[in-house]
Amino acid sequence: MAKYVIIGNSTAAIGCVEGIRSVDTDGEIVLVASEKYHTYSRPLISYLLEGKTDLERMKYRPDSFYAEQHVTTKLGVRATAIDPTAKTVALENGEILPYERLLVATGSTPFIPPMQGLETVEKAFTFMSLDDAKALEAALTPESRVLIIGAGLIGLKCAEGIEDRVRSITVVDMADRVLPSILDETGSGIVRAHLEKHGLTFYLNDTVAQFAGNHATLQSGATLDFDVLVIAVGVRPATALVREAGGEVRRGIVADDTGKTTLPDVYAAGDCAESFDISCGMNRVLALLPNAYMQGYTAGVCMAGGQAHFDQAIPMNAIGFMGLHILTAGTYDGETYCEKEGENYKILFYKDDLLKGYILIGDVARAGIYTALIRNRTPLSSIDFALICKKPQLMAFTAKARHDLLSTKQ
Amino acid sequence: MKRVYVDEKWCLGCHLCEYYCAFANSGKSSMIKALKDRKINPRIRIEGDNRISFAVSCRHCTDPICVKSCIAGALSIRDGVVCINQDKCVGCHTCVLVCPYGALMPSDDGVMQKCELCIENAGGKPACVQGCPNKAIIFEERA
Repeated sequence: MAKYVIIGNSTAAIGCVEGIRSVDTDGEIVLVASEKYHTYSRPLISYLLEGKTDLERMKYRPDSFYAEQHVTTKLGVRATAIDPTAKTVALENGEILPYERLLVATGSTPFIPPMQGLETVEKAFTFMSLDDAKALEAALTPESRVLIIGAGLIGLKCAEGIEDRVRSITVVDMADRVLPSILDETGSGIVRAHLEKHGLTFYLNDTVAQFAGNHATLQSGATLDFDVLVIAVGVRPATALVREAGGEVRRGIVADDTGKTTLPDVYAAGDCAESFDISCGMNRVLALLPNAYMQGYTAGVCMAGGQAHFDQAIPMNAIGFMGLHILTAGTYDGETYCEKEGENYKILFYKDDLLKGYILIGDVARAGIYTALIRNRTPLSSIDFALICKKPQLMAFTAKARHDLLSTKQ
Repeated sequence: MKRVYVDEKWCLGCHLCEYYCAFANSGKSSMIKALKDRKINPRIRIEGDNRISFAVSCRHCTDPICVKSCIAGALSIRDGVVCINQDKCVGCHTCVLVCPYGALMPSDDGVMQKCELCIENAGGKPACVQGCPNKAIIFEERA
């Protein structure tokens, strides 16, 4: 019997392997994943199309990873069911894998809303996996007119990735602004203007009413001709395995701060699972790579009998488009401090003596100092608030705090 | 493991550490070739005002959040040193988003750079430590 079985091969799964190995150097690990590839970085697929990385460099860990970590892989095989009583995982090839501890790191899947006539579109793609990127790439030509449904992180990152290799890109979103999940109105306006300067066309507050082949009619009445369609309206946590096994699922798989689900010896981490967002005090799916790693690592440590808690989760995003960087973190709640000059934008949200969240566009240097204030729940009264508003800097801390940060081992 | 520690009591704010850092990482044979008429982009930076100043560079944390957060797998720990593989880095700035010290920044090529304790260049002692005229930057093992 394998001591540990991991379903998934992306960030949370790799974090789990490294977490297990920090405690247990030789317990058998079996890793099962539906994709056939060596572990790769999902968010790098847009950089792949852009030519900023390649299939070798986008590997999330070196080729030697599984061998060095003593992991047996079963890649290209889907797990179909968990039996929490027998403590086994059934695979699509008929194999039954017994486990002592199981991690579910199944990620999320693109959500495709019902759209009339979608079946008549010949070249329609989602943008989530390496196979998605390869399929999209094969369909693109320098003459392609690309229609992207969704002005969120995935849709716009896709746009950036293919911008230089297609004739035009049009983006439609039912929201009234771009990146509505991470930006306020002002920030959104800056990013939209920047993207328009690079040739993107937006139809916001709008949706596709009907597709007819390469032709889309929007709710507003506008009509668009396109060659390639990308659907990027959002993702859904892949929770079916746990739900069908009787585990509790809300938006995502319910997991405590050690990664434990409501099923015995079954853990969950990454985009399929919820975590507790300390910036707003609620359980949420934080489908972000750093959170996936940390949640997976924590689960791994705990699965191997160690002590760890993933208790500093917050939403945080680093994203950029054609040279314009955007860093955001936390919750946009409370009083604000704001600066805007050209494409540079900063807004800090603070409440109850805590920094709750921020948006930085353009000048994003040292933003992690802000992020740490949110994660550590540092009382703002303990630092120089005026200085920290001006820019992220250690000068805003007391001499004692600085001594601890810079003169002692971290 | 030996790390870089700074003491603001002794820092003169002279910025020499920044110049030594930029030179050490330039791959050039002379300081003049490396730095003359160039805007330096060092991996150690002086912060401060007229009264207080101190140098900030990577702390080489034992549990580095940048390594855990890197979306490209470009950051890793090698013998305790937090290293960046610039060939893998795509310049997404996630490390800037999470580093509590503000110790990573873009290189002139757009991908990120960070202090690697001069393991690739000076050998022995980091250049900032060797160049500090007032011993405000120390390279030693602390518990």
